[in-house]
Amino acid sequence: MLERFARWETALVALLVLVAVVGQIRTGGAFLDGGNLFYLGLDIGEVALIALPLTLVVVSGEIDLSVASVLGLSSAVIGELWDAGWTLEAILPTVVVLGAVCGAVNGLLVTRLGLPSLAVTIGTLALYRGLALVVLGDRAVADFPASFTEFGTAPVPGTWVPWPILLCAVLAVAFAITLHTSSFGRSVYAIGSNEEGARFSGIRVKRVKLTLFVLTGAMSALAGIVYTFRFSSARADNGVGLELAVVAAVLLGGVSIFGGRGTLGGVLAGVLLLGGLRNVLILDDVSTEILTVVTGLLLLVSVLAPALTARVRTSSTGRRSP
Amino acid sequence: MTAVAPSRARRVAALVGRARELGIVVALALVIIPTALVNPRFVEAQGIRDLLLNASVVAVLAAGQTLVVVTRNVDLSVGSTLGLSAFLTARVFADHPDVPIVLGLLVGVGVGLVCGVVNGLLVAVGRVPSLVVTLGTLHVFRGVDFALAQGTQINASNLPDDLLDLGNGRLFGVPVLVLITLAVVAAAALYLRSYRSGRDLYAIGSNPEAAVLAGIPVPRRVFTAFLLSGTVAGLAGALWVARYGTVDAAAGTGLELQVVAAVVVGGVAIFGGSGTVVGAALGALLLGTIASCLVVLRVPAFWQQAISGALLIGAITVDRLLALRLARELRGRSDHDA
Amino acid sequence: MDLPQEQPLVVLDRVSKTFGAVAALTDVTLALVPGEAHALLGENGAGKSTLIKTLAGVHRPDSGRVLVDGEEARFSGPADARAAGIAVIYQEPMLFGDLSIAENVYTGRQPLRAGRRIDTRAMHAHTAALFDRLGVALDPVRPARGLSIADQQVVEIAKALSFDARVVVMDEPTAALSAREVDRLFEVVEVLRAQGTAVLFVSHRLDEVFALCRRATVLRDGEHVWDGPLDGETPDGLVRRMVGRELSALFPKQDTTPGEVLLDVRRLTREGVFTDVSFQVRAGEIVGLSGLVGAGRSEVARAIFGIDPVDAGEVRVGGRPLRLGSPTAAMAAGIGLVPEDRRQQGLVVDASVERNVALASLGRLSRFGLLPRGAERRLAQDWSLKLRIKTARLGAPAATLSGGNQQKVVLAKWLSRKPSVLIVDEPTRGIDVGTKAEVHRLLSELAGEGVAVLMISSEMPEVLGMADRVLVMHEGGLVDDIARADATEERVALAAAGRPGVAS
Repeated sequence: MLERFARWETALVALLVLVAVVGQIRTGGAFLDGGNLFYLGLDIGEVALIALPLTLVVVSGEIDLSVASVLGLSSAVIGELWDAGWTLEAILPTVVVLGAVCGAVNGLLVTRLGLPSLAVTIGTLALYRGLALVVLGDRAVADFPASFTEFGTAPVPGTWVPWPILLCAVLAVAFAITLHTSSFGRSVYAIGSNEEGARFSGIRVKRVKLTLFVLTGAMSALAGIVYTFRFSSARADNGVGLELAVVAAVLLGGVSIFGGRGTLGGVLAGVLLLGGLRNVLILDDVSTEILTVVTGLLLLVSVLAPALTARVRTSSTGRRSP
Repeated sequence: MTAVAPSRARRVAALVGRARELGIVVALALVIIPTALVNPRFVEAQGIRDLLLNASVVAVLAAGQTLVVVTRNVDLSVGSTLGLSAFLTARVFADHPDVPIVLGLLVGVGVGLVCGVVNGLLVAVGRVPSLVVTLGTLHVFRGVDFALAQGTQINASNLPDDLLDLGNGRLFGVPVLVLITLAVVAAAALYLRSYRSGRDLYAIGSNPEAAVLAGIPVPRRVFTAFLLSGTVAGLAGALWVARYGTVDAAAGTGLELQVVAAVVVGGVAIFGGSGTVVGAALGALLLGTIASCLVVLRVPAFWQQAISGALLIGAITVDRLLALRLARELRGRSDHDA
Repeated sequence: MDLPQEQPLVVLDRVSKTFGAVAALTDVTLALVPGEAHALLGENGAGKSTLIKTLAGVHRPDSGRVLVDGEEARFSGPADARAAGIAVIYQEPMLFGDLSIAENVYTGRQPLRAGRRIDTRAMHAHTAALFDRLGVALDPVRPARGLSIADQQVVEIAKALSFDARVVVMDEPTAALSAREVDRLFEVVEVLRAQGTAVLFVSHRLDEVFALCRRATVLRDGEHVWDGPLDGETPDGLVRRMVGRELSALFPKQDTTPGEVLLDVRRLTREGVFTDVSFQVRAGEIVGLSGLVGAGRSEVARAIFGIDPVDAGEVRVGGRPLRLGSPTAAMAAGIGLVPEDRRQQGLVVDASVERNVALASLGRLSRFGLLPRGAERRLAQDWSLKLRIKTARLGAPAATLSGGNQQKVVLAKWLSRKPSVLIVDEPTRGIDVGTKAEVHRLLSELAGEGVAVLMISSEMPEVLGMADRVLVMHEGGLVDDIARADATEERVALAAAGRPGVAS
């Protein structure tokens, strides 16, 4: 297992270098320019924020497709509350709590009723986006104070690092410690590899999963805040389809869709690779539609490759034991 | 092992099956009657026709989706397949106005078939969860659609009149599109109910491991289900052109959510193994009717998606609770029998 | 070996099959002739199920041949075996719960009418006719979900009849049946046999084997050790052939003086599963829990450990009431459970040995939720030495270990928590003889240290050799409590069959 991931992550890093080199050549050195890296950072901020908790969800053997809709709902609520005269200091915590509640609804339906997370989150994908539309309709709220929108658009003073990326970096460390060195993280892996075995070892499977869904909801709302300030625009359709990029990044990062395998480092490399590729293509004037195709293909490749190599390996060593 | 217990189980099962269709009919009544009181035109012939027309595209897609869902899979790419097929069909008619209508429609069907083959190969041969595969192909097909369209739109004025007549035409007072929808639903229902390979789809969804032991060619059947779902989506794309006359690359965006909602609301178990095409079509009719009622009742259209989502969640929750209760009852009963 | 005179329908000719490093079958030969019931005997892990799956077309042999009517057959899947007339009835049949009984019988072979449509009416009529032939009353139209295991087996037998199977393989069909259901099954088998069907019968219950079969084949550790007519054989002789050693040599339980009551189960009930189960286990005691598969033994263990909810009753551990329905609470009270299914329940097989050993101790190993570097390894090192776990590295996935070493990992996981009550469910199933003895010695030592051990086992010699007392369950109820001195194979078997206290 370790060898497999060493290989997978080595391949990711090699690909990253390849993208950077090709990017540098194609763009005449513009790719690794500080200004471009700043935009690259802005571009991957939301995906990275959501990919952190979603990694844990997928490692635990579940999936959350409603993340982009939670992002949109939180954006819509920011707009509506701002219009209603709330202060942003009051709005932002409210929105994060709302995201956590959205996640809790997913988590409770999955853990209490034993429903498949796929079905639940397809439903809430529609429901949360629908609620966003109900809240804000097709209006756009844009008159946020610059002191806040700067968080989404400006670099940390003296660097080319955007504020959201700084936030991401801090949270990434926290998530990596949680997943890889805490007893909670061990439980997440155990649940993803063998849920029944985890239960027989006294792990509170339902509680762990509920926690993961709540975290994912809250982080998606946080991503909604970043998104809203980045574009200085609260809209109900913010981030439509973003779940594709997030799921693609997580799977590209080597997390098994069947649960139990994957590292946060791999996922961060996946996010960077996906973002870097998009960035190079954008610099190359490729249309956004092609970007979607590329993202979709990457998703397909990253689920197919492990499945096919595993099959080649088992067929060479004979059938699996009973 | 007395004669009483089995026939009771048979009755319970039949009741559960019928309860869903009955429930939808009741829900339809609950939606239609108040709306009709507000606006009586809603239940006049034209109103009913519009209702059926509005539901027909989703109903066609739901018929195809049912084939996939009973095997414990899902096809999220149907909206994109429809979009791609719609655009290419319109393109063919716009570029070759003399092409026979049927041939042009077959182009759309063919596009859908190719999309279905791609999904089917990835799922059945790659043995990767269909959710992830079709989430990927959802965006790939749509991206191809946009890349081909290059931002263009094809309008009714570029399309042959015969085609548009098909979209608006009637036979014995029933819109042709509705008749085609009924034909697709009937064909899919017949296939699932009365053909061996159709029954195999239920068996696969009911117990995949047992299906292998029973000698069912599981990958081939799953492949076929995706192929049919894609083909049906392709047909829906061609019909979309006939109905709306205006097509750009965004046609049918997000439709997959309505389709999945219709199927699940119509009583097709998301765990596979049970559910009927007729139920799924009724689910589509219910969702379409709700949308129409919102318009009549002047509720902002924004509510529609939230309602679809809530119905989807509600349907799987109710199904699950019923299944849990049934299981508890059966557990209690086996003690009895022993 | 002496082949019977008649031309055999199916022959396995020196078949071998390995999985990874484990040889499941080595050079096994077996011949089935028409109209004869043949018993396949062997301990758990002897290779019986591999043999059955080879006949069923699920496994392909690595070497050797399968002959049907004297000609070599190559099964590429279950469909081929079925086409050759071989039907397999598994211990827990695999039916399609959503489909009707008739469809389960005719899966893929439904009678057709015009236009290749399924003729539902004919299918129901045919199925009803099959049930008539078998003399059972089942409704062909009802869905298969909710059928008892006995009825599910009847459906499988009807399926075998429907394609005129010439060979019927039955894998421990009686394990979960009541006495009355067994009688009915035997009548059905007798019908099949009289029609010239060859029957391969796998059972642990030797009385059934003698009642039903004329010949037997015995497997041990994947090898054919004996076959021949059952005339003149005794149960003891067969057991010796299966075990390959004298019984007494295996089970070294020392006598101990029981101490205070550590596990006190009072009127525990889970509706439809077990009813009104009460018993006590004292410190230093090994209490065997015997009974047929499906009698509710594992379910009682799961309920005590909090995996399944209960409807009534209470459990006290060391005198203190236990909050039921929570494994965490059970563990905090000092209970450990080595579950029945090692790969599914006992281990996370993809995870490393050290993570598996530490999995139940995460809370006590961590500081502020974080695991100190190497904490898991230190724990695993300690216990792998104590239990002599053989593994190349502690970082290797548990899946790479042999069955016996995997079981030691599970034991290490629980023993490292120093439990006061240890429940072991089939502790030696599918592990090699040497490790088996080690596990038995270990359990004995634990009891000597004052742990209360509840041991669920289907292996009679193990129960009789190890247990200070034997509790017997039958159809969800506790029917007998036998002291070590009175525990005989006969008495336990009778109690398990629902006739406690009849013997002696």
